[in-house]
Amino acid sequence: MTATEFTPVAALLGGALIGIAAVALMAATGRIAGISGIAVRLLPPYTEAGLAGRIAFVLGIVVSPLVAALVTGSVPIPRIEAKAPLLALAGLLVGFGAVWGNGCTSGHGVCGLSRLSMRSLVATAVFMATAMATVFLIRHIL
Amino acid sequence: MVILVQFAIGLVFGLGLIVAGMSDPAKVLNFLDLAAISSGGWDASLAFVMVGAIVVTFIGFKLVLRRRQPIFGEHFHLPTATDLNARIVAGPAIFGIGWGLAGFCPGPGLTAALTGGAAAWLFLAAMFAGMAGARFLAARQTMPAPVRTSPPDTRNPTSAGDTP
Repeated sequence: MTATEFTPVAALLGGALIGIAAVALMAATGRIAGISGIAVRLLPPYTEAGLAGRIAFVLGIVVSPLVAALVTGSVPIPRIEAKAPLLALAGLLVGFGAVWGNGCTSGHGVCGLSRLSMRSLVATAVFMATAMATVFLIRHIL
Repeated sequence: MVILVQFAIGLVFGLGLIVAGMSDPAKVLNFLDLAAISSGGWDASLAFVMVGAIVVTFIGFKLVLRRRQPIFGEHFHLPTATDLNARIVAGPAIFGIGWGLAGFCPGPGLTAALTGGAAAWLFLAAMFAGMAGARFLAARQTMPAPVRTSPPDTRNPTSAGDTP
């Protein structure tokens, strides 16, 4: 495992920015800022309008590290520990599960909990539990 | 205009993930590793990200939803489902396993597209494949079953062969 530092202030600030984005998207388009929901609707068939806006939103996320690099002078590099087969499996499960459960960490974990949705509370509790169990298995049992 | 606004909102969302450190899967995995609370190395940051995001969103949604309509739309699209069915447990259960395997959920997967190299693209390609698979299955599941809803065709005995 890669050691990381507990950064409560940056975490709160970054979380607040995520919240501002979620509120801004609701104010602008009336939509929940659920990344998996927006991402899956980038794929055909296109049954509803607003594809260009969804592409723009996702592009904004994709280029955000470059903007961060312009401001801070260093590119934020993700430290990816998982090897290729595990990454492929992880991607399949994350994509499938998020769409099957109608949301991911942003849709259920942030927007849903903020709306006091019981479905989102169940979803968040379940994915936190299975994620923690998975990490425990990989790091401490296998 | 609305497209430019959505680009800017995506940018703020991504910057939030980066500032919070959540664009780094190592930080996410170190939060999910509860055994590290006693052995050392646990990183509680993700919980603080959730708190920051939820406080702002809780208050912000209350203010925004007082308006009659969004700025660039005719009405708000809020989820209406309230039933706690099998999908709301099975989906997140599967999602969580994938999240725990690599420390990536969809947002950080996207912020890694330009900074995470081939590993990030592998995750993203698999993620979109998984999404397509789930949407395909969900569409099949919710499709009406015409054989059951239409009255039985008594004139044509071969239609009985439709039942599996």
